[in-house]
Amino acid sequence: MTARLADFAGDNGLLVAFVFVGLVMAVAYALSRHVARGTVHGSAIAIALGLLLAFWAGADTGGTNGVADWPLLAGIGVLGGNMFRDFAIVATAFGVRLADLRAAGLVGALSILIGVVLSFAVGAAVAIGFGITDPAEIATIGAGAATYIVGPVTGASLGVSSSIISLSIAAGLVKAVLVMVTTPLVARRIGLDNPASAMIYGGLMGTTSGVTGGLAATDPRLVPYGAMTSTFYTGLGCLMAPSVLYLAVKALV
Amino acid sequence: MPIYGVALLAACTLVGLFVGDLIGATMGLEANVGGVGIAMLLLITLTNLPGRRLEPGSPTGSGVQYWSLLYIPIIVAMAARQNVFAAVSGGVMAITAGALAVLAAFALVPVLSRWAQRP
Repeated sequence: MTARLADFAGDNGLLVAFVFVGLVMAVAYALSRHVARGTVHGSAIAIALGLLLAFWAGADTGGTNGVADWPLLAGIGVLGGNMFRDFAIVATAFGVRLADLRAAGLVGALSILIGVVLSFAVGAAVAIGFGITDPAEIATIGAGAATYIVGPVTGASLGVSSSIISLSIAAGLVKAVLVMVTTPLVARRIGLDNPASAMIYGGLMGTTSGVTGGLAATDPRLVPYGAMTSTFYTGLGCLMAPSVLYLAVKALV
Repeated sequence: MPIYGVALLAACTLVGLFVGDLIGATMGLEANVGGVGIAMLLLITLTNLPGRRLEPGSPTGSGVQYWSLLYIPIIVAMAARQNVFAAVSGGVMAITAGALAVLAAFALVPVLSRWAQRP
């Protein structure tokens, strides 16, 4: 019976995922209304619930794909995968005016460069602070503080051990999760309420999952602006971290 | 028909992602460079063609609008499939590096925003 149910859920994965996410949203919006009394937005609670369930699933299954590693919820891997994520992000650009995208202009583009260098520098400094001395390992941790893709790409090209690569991925994951959870809490304080600041925020943070999750929980209208800049961040990071940034670490250490 | 909107959206996304992939490959990277951004610009351009503006309320527009409205549920699904366990159990160094990078970036948002508003 259980095996049959798992098979059935697997064959209809996407439909199961719709029901699952619908339930999570319903619980989150009920909590927002009745427990938080409207002070925390329902979508922020829904994302936090998703992360919490992902943690539980990871501890339970030992897998890397959150709840998607539970056979019954394998469909979440599709609905929450890159294909649907990118499809929906592009859809949010419907109705955006080009004039608003130009509002941040040069500073928006510059924020990507600043964001990559800043995250790398912070990550590298932490690695040095924890006693790592090999420049390639320092650069890999720094790259991980950019995004969890830049870390392993840099580590692989610099030939560091897999344990350092795992650490860099973990640093990037911490960043993505923290950005999702904390953005709605600090949005007002950092002036994250207009297209220009959303573009700058996307460029500085860079983690697409973090930025799009964080903006969804803050103000969905800002999503396309943050996504516009953050989509260039990982590419720039993969370009700079194993080359100029690594050489800079080597020269300084 | 709504399917025209869905097809337009899918085509823009595919073209953007593939171009982003090609840009990455040209630079010798295993990463997509700007694919989603290119797709968004393409969608904005094609839905604002002179004299043929696509309205969200129109049948074709509703095919795009629907996926835009499903954005938050999809992000919730994305959150539910993150490797949160690895992030939490990544050790003090990984958590410090990730957390300080986020703090530093948050601190710079207002600084650069002020800069952007300067004439």
